Amino acid sequence: MNAEEIEKVAHLARLGLGAAEREGYARELSRILDLVSQMNAAATEGVEPMTHPDAAGLRLRDDVVGPEIDRDRLLAGAPLTRDGLYLVPRVIE
Amino acid sequence: MEWETVIGLEVHAQLNTRSKIFSTSKTAYGAPPNTQANVVDAAFPGVLPVLNREAVRMAAQFGLAIGATVHRRSVFARKNYFYPDLPKGYQISQYEHPIVEHGHLAITTPAGEKVVGITRAHLEEDAGKSLHEDMNGFTGIDLNRAGTPLLEIVSEPDMRSAAEAVAYLKTLHTLVRYLDICDGNMQEGSFRCDANVSVRPMGQARLGTRAELKNINSFRFVERAIDYEVRRQIAVLSSGGQVRQETRLYDSARDETRSMRSKEEAHDYRYFPDPDLPALIVSEALMAEATLAMPELPDAKRRRFSAQYGLSAYDAGVLASSRELAQFYEDVVAAGAEPKLAANWVTGELAARLNADGLDIADTRVAAPALAGLLRRIADGTVSGKAAKDVFEAMWTGAGDADAVIDARGLRQVSDDAAIEEVVRQVIAANPKQLAQYRAGEEKVFTFFVGQTMKASRGKANPAKVNEILKRLLAP
Amino acid sequence: MTLTITKIAEDLAAGRCSSRELVDDALARIRAHASLNAFITVDEDAARRDAEAADRARHAGGAGALTGVPIAHKDIFCTMGVKTTCGSRMLADFVPPYDATVVRKMKAAGCVMVGKTNMDEFAMGSSNETSYFGPVRNPWDRDRVPGGSSGGSAAAVAARLVPAATGTDTGGSIRQPAALCGITGLKPSYGRVSRYGLIAFASSLDQAGPMAQTAEDCAHLLAAMAGFDEHDATALDVPVPDYVAGLGRDLKGLRIGVVAGHFAQGVEPLVAEAVREALREYERAGAVLVDVTLPNSAHAVPCYYVLAPAEASSNLARYDGVRYGFRAPEYQDLEDMYKKTRSQGFGPEVKRRIMMGTYALSAGYYDAYYVKALRLRRLIADDFARAFEHCDVIAGPVSPSTAFALGAKNTDPVSMYLNDIFTIPVNLAGLPAISLPAGFAGGLPVGLQLIGRYLDEARLLNVAHRFQQVTDWHTRVPAGF
Repeated sequence: MNAEEIEKVAHLARLGLGAAEREGYARELSRILDLVSQMNAAATEGVEPMTHPDAAGLRLRDDVVGPEIDRDRLLAGAPLTRDGLYLVPRVIE
Repeated sequence: MEWETVIGLEVHAQLNTRSKIFSTSKTAYGAPPNTQANVVDAAFPGVLPVLNREAVRMAAQFGLAIGATVHRRSVFARKNYFYPDLPKGYQISQYEHPIVEHGHLAITTPAGEKVVGITRAHLEEDAGKSLHEDMNGFTGIDLNRAGTPLLEIVSEPDMRSAAEAVAYLKTLHTLVRYLDICDGNMQEGSFRCDANVSVRPMGQARLGTRAELKNINSFRFVERAIDYEVRRQIAVLSSGGQVRQETRLYDSARDETRSMRSKEEAHDYRYFPDPDLPALIVSEALMAEATLAMPELPDAKRRRFSAQYGLSAYDAGVLASSRELAQFYEDVVAAGAEPKLAANWVTGELAARLNADGLDIADTRVAAPALAGLLRRIADGTVSGKAAKDVFEAMWTGAGDADAVIDARGLRQVSDDAAIEEVVRQVIAANPKQLAQYRAGEEKVFTFFVGQTMKASRGKANPAKVNEILKRLLAP
Repeated sequence: MTLTITKIAEDLAAGRCSSRELVDDALARIRAHASLNAFITVDEDAARRDAEAADRARHAGGAGALTGVPIAHKDIFCTMGVKTTCGSRMLADFVPPYDATVVRKMKAAGCVMVGKTNMDEFAMGSSNETSYFGPVRNPWDRDRVPGGSSGGSAAAVAARLVPAATGTDTGGSIRQPAALCGITGLKPSYGRVSRYGLIAFASSLDQAGPMAQTAEDCAHLLAAMAGFDEHDATALDVPVPDYVAGLGRDLKGLRIGVVAGHFAQGVEPLVAEAVREALREYERAGAVLVDVTLPNSAHAVPCYYVLAPAEASSNLARYDGVRYGFRAPEYQDLEDMYKKTRSQGFGPEVKRRIMMGTYALSAGYYDAYYVKALRLRRLIADDFARAFEHCDVIAGPVSPSTAFALGAKNTDPVSMYLNDIFTIPVNLAGLPAISLPAGFAGGLPVGLQLIGRYLDEARLLNVAHRFQQVTDWHTRVPAGF
């Protein structure tokens, strides 16, 4: 992976990387990709992708309203709030 | 050059479940910020989504109603992007494998009936709301809406004018309310629409480059936004320019669309199957429930009203436009009112009164049996149509049933021949000059005698009888 | 505290000790051995309070099997009102407003939590060196790693600071530290134990399980943890068998599958020899060894290092500095806040995996990496299904080596990843597996892995328990503890 790809991926993941970090990740991720590319030795044509252990089914729930959480408790750990709202730097539309 | 407009619509209908799609929080609109969000909605570490069965039932029912395939197996995926009102950093939505595909909806346009294809309808969760006003440089995040179930309904690019787009939207709007899966409130955002609009030279097979119009939250704005956008695109192309594929925002105050981003950011949503949610299997039991709960649909009802009650296509359409209104109408008829008269009154007097008071049919102050009582008195000649309107007003303000009002106000129509003849004789005797004119051939004087007779009878004389008797006595 | 849970429960029931005494003892040992760095949070007052409440409940006649038994939870489980860090600066001050289902169930069973154990950051690591709170030391040799990611839990049990602890296992995070610290750890089948409140690493692979001295203790703990949960759509709604009742069944005729390759590819000879000796022990007990193959497991590590980072990259997107946790102190705008918060809040290994996962899911690479890995996952799972047509359990080493030196592998992520070569296939297939002490190599514990059929935890516990009836590896305590 080159520096440009690293920067693109870092942006998608919203990770701010310094120049040294970018270089380090470029090196390490390339090694990991080498490891990962060993997968190509396996023939997988026509194999159904497996996203979950087979026995796992999706259980549904009934449409019932559950207990509420007090807003002060919900917001207690938030870095910045006002009047019951989470605050972030202004989003420009 | 002649241009053809091509429109496809994406509708987000909030499903009116009690609780959210993946959490047990309430879905009611308008609560104080962040009081209808729990740890699941706020994406706390460790929380998991558990799918609401009712949302699945509603999606399946919608699929059946539009003659679509309801897939027994569908898959929830994650759409990954960062935004402050998207708590998990991804939206759970169906992507490659939606629950509903290949449906259609018949719409009525001035040019006749037309069938619009519905590509797909899939389940997903709504995001929270970002509030930018009065925040002094901040944006406030309210997660009450986060996790509200949405059915995203994507049409084929089958519409050729703004009017067709509106007809499709209205038909869809009626349908979701019929199915009782969405309250359809556009102001509150329960029924939202994005439009993909493009133009191409008439006869060209290839589609033109489209713009996606967002933020169009009323039928009127849909029409205006599309009309503006079509004019804009034609102007661009006519002057040799090219339409950019982009998202545009409709500004209703200026009645124009404008590009949402100065530079288009390349999105890479990294969709992948949600590892918290194995494939959704719609059981036979759930399909049976959806089938059993299926009401008579608007189209079928409209056709039945025309055939069964002899109503005009227009009246049948108006009455069938809402399940509640249609039910009210049929209750009036069942209580003994003549069907056509009942249709006139329900779509006329009653609708006007509801509209004036800002009420829904559910809040009517004259119940179906009471209205039927009044309509029976019109039919049997007890009151004139004109007097009936006064009776209706009195009933609306709580003065009692039709008979009570008619008696209390002495509005009973006089149909007794002898009594009317007596009044007519007096009127003729009192107006010799007009009598002479009439007999000299001035037929329009006839209406003068009708008016005088009605006045003398204080409006209670049966107009048909008055006409008949006047004709007889005025004859030379 | 060298007592097992089974013995503690007997003593408590007989009135030979109180929960308060046990908890005081545990707290004293935790304090005395703080240099192991096995714990991130210990709330002594709360633990004593809960112990006294357990004693009162017992006197009032309301005691269950585990009432008053001190335990520790891996700091990945949300504990209401008690800081839950997941080993990360991102959550260094995070106090959950709710309990994980595992925590709630164990509370209901009467367990008293004495603290939260150290772990690799967001469970990403095999050595416990990625923790924001510093590495945990292996009680057998303080210059060596305890394994990871549940290294704090493993070290705490090995050093007998607590009789048992919870762990989580995404690619070996219960079994490998259990092996490296000489204790018993069970990774249940996917769906057997609720994941609600377990801070997600890779949702389709994560499972919670018990870590204790013996299989019998694990049976008691799994009984308390397992079962249906309305908050986890993947938690199975199936009956939980009586794991304790089945422990004693004899092993005559048991078919143990052995994979030839598990004694080759980079496995230390002394580790291989200890495992072979364990297999001979089973033969003496009447079991039969059967050769089986798992050909696609050779690709399990690459497969896992696509799937787990991909899921993690999405699971960790919620740490954005908006609703809880760390937010960078200074930033220009929203984008800058996101980037600074996440680059300062996450450590290097977590960021590496987020990068890897984001890359694997991004446009143009999705099919080549992610979908390819999903297909391979199916082949790996199918291999197990075929092997289990010929055997009842599969046995082999947990890890190719014993505990390695601190710092030995953290310059090379790939060599660290390869440490999990025998544990990862099990998570990909969703199967249960147990790690139990099977001897020593160079003075360090060696772990035997038994892999079972889906939902066949009862047999694994039975097979492990019988081994522990005839061996004493599990009773060995490192010097100084």
